[in-house]
Amino acid sequence: MSELKTTVYTPESSLRNPARMLREMFSDLLAGRELAWQLALRDIRVQYRQAALGLLWAFILPLANTAAWLFIQGSGIITLQPTALPYPVYVFTGTILWAIFMDAVNAPLQQTTAAKPMLAKINFPREALMLSGIYQTLFNAGIKIGVLLAALLIMGVTPGWGMLLFPLAVLSLILTGTALGMLITPVGMLYTDVGKGMPLLMQFLMYLTPVVFPVPTGGWAATLFQLNPLTPLILTARDLLTGFAPEYWGAFFIVNAAMLVLLAVMWVVYRAAMPILIERMSA
Amino acid sequence: MTDTLIKVENVSKKFCPSLKKSLWYGMQDLGSELIGHRHGGNGKLRSGEFWAVKEVSFELRRGECLGLIGHNGAGKTTLLRMLNGLIRPDTGRIEMNGQVGALIALGAGFNPILTGRENIYINGAVLGLGRQEIEQKISAIIEFAEIGEFIDAPVQTYSSGMNVRLGFAVAAILLKPDILFLDEVLAVGDIGFTIKCLNLVREITRNAAVVFVSHNMQYISSFCTRVMVLEHGKLLLNSLNPAEGIDRYFCMVEHSIQISGTGEAKVKSLDLLVGGSILTDMEPTIMQGTPVRARLSIDLYRAISNATIYLYIMDEAMSPIICMPVCNADGELSHFQTGELRINLLLGPLELATGKYSFVVSIHDAMTKESLARVQGFKIFRVFAERTYWGKIVRPAMLELY
Repeated sequence: MSELKTTVYTPESSLRNPARMLREMFSDLLAGRELAWQLALRDIRVQYRQAALGLLWAFILPLANTAAWLFIQGSGIITLQPTALPYPVYVFTGTILWAIFMDAVNAPLQQTTAAKPMLAKINFPREALMLSGIYQTLFNAGIKIGVLLAALLIMGVTPGWGMLLFPLAVLSLILTGTALGMLITPVGMLYTDVGKGMPLLMQFLMYLTPVVFPVPTGGWAATLFQLNPLTPLILTARDLLTGFAPEYWGAFFIVNAAMLVLLAVMWVVYRAAMPILIERMSA
Repeated sequence: MTDTLIKVENVSKKFCPSLKKSLWYGMQDLGSELIGHRHGGNGKLRSGEFWAVKEVSFELRRGECLGLIGHNGAGKTTLLRMLNGLIRPDTGRIEMNGQVGALIALGAGFNPILTGRENIYINGAVLGLGRQEIEQKISAIIEFAEIGEFIDAPVQTYSSGMNVRLGFAVAAILLKPDILFLDEVLAVGDIGFTIKCLNLVREITRNAAVVFVSHNMQYISSFCTRVMVLEHGKLLLNSLNPAEGIDRYFCMVEHSIQISGTGEAKVKSLDLLVGGSILTDMEPTIMQGTPVRARLSIDLYRAISNATIYLYIMDEAMSPIICMPVCNADGELSHFQTGELRINLLLGPLELATGKYSFVVSIHDAMTKESLARVQGFKIFRVFAERTYWGKIVRPAMLELY
């Protein structure tokens, strides 16, 4: 008989033994891959099997958003600063990229909340939930980007060689979204206020990011835009896609590095928080 | 193989029933965990908390099956969740050696829109199995669950019975654990399926350390090699003799006295006699099969007509097990007239299964059947036997050669 695996549970904080914690984190991540894949498959199937519009739902929201902003701009209700790109192209790329980011932000809390009954009764690698959320975000992002590319070609924009780096920009949006999403998950699992407040907060954040209008040229708003870590991500992604040379590579890499660190920290927090959160769920 | 697979030392767990406080304590725990403090703080209760599990220790070896019994809220499920690693102990230490499996949340992760087949793969993955392992066993699962051609229909079209059968089959067929947890899952489906489940679980348990939570003492006595009785989070008894544990559990069941009727009769006393002497204990224990007599003292005030008397024996669930109409030697129902009654009754051998019982004395008007007095929960007694059997009445079948 093979050597038996020994598991020990004590009240000691898991942070007290970092070596063991790291080992467990990676072995759970490895063990959770199959489950993450199955869960993602399940959720994607369910999402589209019971919806008459099917895959359309992946891009209906950014499409509607684009239409709304085209109307607002076209009707002259609000005068926006001119953009280097034709405005429809600017808005559509912006809203699609933003939608991908939003998917990534929402995934951790959504996945964990949906898995409550499972979490409360079964011991499975918790990493699988996060991974499954990322898989789903990637899948939906694929559809969105497909639609976006088609739209760009129709609108006469030809992506340049920068296009090859575009997936990197999308990944950094998903990375940032996941890290931020995980940041709110532990408290969000205890108090539903977090989940309820998120759409509101994200709405504000969107208007502080060059999604539907460009970075203001001056004033305090410009400073806010500059400080917003999402600004370089969205701008770089859009530039790569539309054949412009990205101006903010430096900021882009700094944000990515910071988000990688945040993600690693939140992973540790998420693991440590899980038993405490489950304690407060009904069995 | 006598290796110790589960080692629990001095484990306690706090619980807070108030939601608002519980969430706030959750926030506090989260904070203290992240700055590296011990879970459970200084080991003292915060306001509104109580010990759901208090200083429980035990060990379990391969081949042993531990029955965990106690009332609802005694801490059984909390203990099981700690063993399963879902929540952390506030004090103490738990050590588990080997692969852990749980037959607890049957059909976890089932999605109603997906087909049975798709759900088997998901459920299997939740239980930690790879695609190939599941593929190898999927036909065995479908066959065991008796789902047949419905396996490719969405689970939402299944009856509730099919649902639990599938959930049970997936878990029971795929798991090959060293340590197994069972929480009230055997009563799924009809009796035929239950017996199939029991046999399968028995097979798994042969080579594992099992912790089994149930309120069904028949299951406990037929599966377990050891019984722990929990009450208010504390370990009352840890015994290698399941019968002793079950007896202790029944001991804790309350039979409360209830009196009803018109009041035109009064039950003054009921005594039990074994071998000619009255049992004077508060709750006497009687060995199974002992012949028993009862001595009944009643005042009858109803003048118009005669009265009839019935004795019943109720079990711990307050369901009547035996009805004993008070009869004459010729088997006819006795009629009693107004006045003081003192009667001896031959109850015969006590063929009841192990448990805690009480009497009901019921006095009726012989003509109108009106209830004059009915006393329930009277003269509590316990029946003890070295074994627990399936069945409320235990009557040995005598062998006769022919």
